[in-house]
Amino acid sequence: MLLNASGCLDALAAPDVARSLDAFVTKTVTPLPRDGNAPVRIAETDVGMLNSIGLANPGVDRFLTRHLPQLELLGVPVWVSVGGFETNDYAEISSRLDDYAAVSAIELNVSCPNVEAPAESAAQIVAAARLATRKALWAKLSPAVPDIAEVARAAQTAGADGLSLVNTLRGLKLDERTLRPVLGPGQGGLSGPALKPIALAAVATCYRATGLPIVGMGGVRTGLDALEFVAVGARHVAIGTTLFADPDAPARIRMELHAEARDRGWNSYEDAYATAHEDALSLGTT
Amino acid sequence: MRRERLSVVANERVGAYTLLRVRRGAIDPGVPGQFFMLEAPGRLLPRPMSLCLAPAGELWFLIDPIGPGTRALCVLEACDDLHVLGPLGNGFDLDVERPLLVGGGIGIAPLPYLSEQLRVPPAVVGFRSDQQAEAAALLPNAHVCVEPTLVTELIPPGLDVLACGPEPMLEAIRAVAPDAQLAWEAPMACGYGACYGCAVEVDGRLKRLCVEGPVLRAA
Repeated sequence: MLLNASGCLDALAAPDVARSLDAFVTKTVTPLPRDGNAPVRIAETDVGMLNSIGLANPGVDRFLTRHLPQLELLGVPVWVSVGGFETNDYAEISSRLDDYAAVSAIELNVSCPNVEAPAESAAQIVAAARLATRKALWAKLSPAVPDIAEVARAAQTAGADGLSLVNTLRGLKLDERTLRPVLGPGQGGLSGPALKPIALAAVATCYRATGLPIVGMGGVRTGLDALEFVAVGARHVAIGTTLFADPDAPARIRMELHAEARDRGWNSYEDAYATAHEDALSLGTT
Repeated sequence: MRRERLSVVANERVGAYTLLRVRRGAIDPGVPGQFFMLEAPGRLLPRPMSLCLAPAGELWFLIDPIGPGTRALCVLEACDDLHVLGPLGNGFDLDVERPLLVGGGIGIAPLPYLSEQLRVPPAVVGFRSDQQAEAAALLPNAHVCVEPTLVTELIPPGLDVLACGPEPMLEAIRAVAPDAQLAWEAPMACGYGACYGCAVEVDGRLKRLCVEGPVLRAA
């Protein structure tokens, strides 16, 4: 499946783009409405972009009453990204989403680099959400941890059905003239091509550590990029920063993905799943 | 919105700025004040540019080469290709009785097209240098001033102001012309509501300029 990375598409502002995906992932929803961080919120770097949006969203009440009914009309499965500042926030929103048939899955954003991180571990958050909902739970992890395999295994034990890998990495850009941060809040999350090797390594590691289904993302620009994620163990691939530059990217990447698979003698890109692990010694340490 | 690969007709110097002329293809030029995302060669993200003029079969963009993206756009040559997405956002409301166009610096960019649509109303445009001020040649019926004179000193009362320029200029215009239509600018990654990067604070509320603007009422 081809998805968007959370926060990289507003399906109501661009419904045709959402319909070109196999599932739409919402911007992260928090218990209360948030305006987000002060401008400047984005900056291009040489190999990626930084953002510090700060989880701007309408809050769960308005999301459920105003946004979700409209999203349902698009006819695309909706994954809701859930965020918060303590474990209970995640559990509460997950519990409320449980009542809505329009919600296909929940992605727990336990790793946003632009807001104060919840003190609890990813596993605690997953465990609390697991008790609150029957929906499929995907834990979105940061690669900025000493051992992502350990985090992934803990999330699995806590009841995660899948993993979304990876969230952005914290970065900083200075104004060339003033030598002050370009972004209003100072630092932001780095996305784009710079992330791809880090994301591929995280997917490969977590695939081997858990065998869970994985949504791979980070610097996917072409069908070949997507196929690489499948080869290291991603069942699904999400497009992030590339959507900003090219709203037609999903259709193009899908076409390229099929062509890349065919060129290698496969009937489907799914035949590439985890093939990079066939020579197990070549893929890292876990 | 539509995204198409268009070919460059020419890149022409206009004082301190560059006028990028591209073939229109099937892209609608839209309403003055709307904008387009222009692929900046070699850069990850496209750059938002308002339309300067739309002569038959072409789209013209006036560009200030201030960073790596705009510099890459300014060195494109005839027959080079670039992706263009648009038109995007909300343009100026053209239903005005006594229009006065006001521009500051590269904020002159959308005014020639606006002037054409409003049948050449009077305009006031201000610049930091004589070289920048050469761009006023694109705008008929314009009074030109160069700093230290500011355009806000030259706005007579009782007119319908339609303005584009740097934020301090727009804030100053709000103070003297509360009914003005102001075209704002912010860094944006996508131009179609996806990135939430272009939020600006207007009257204590954050607005996404690409979908709620870029033209907003002053009051």
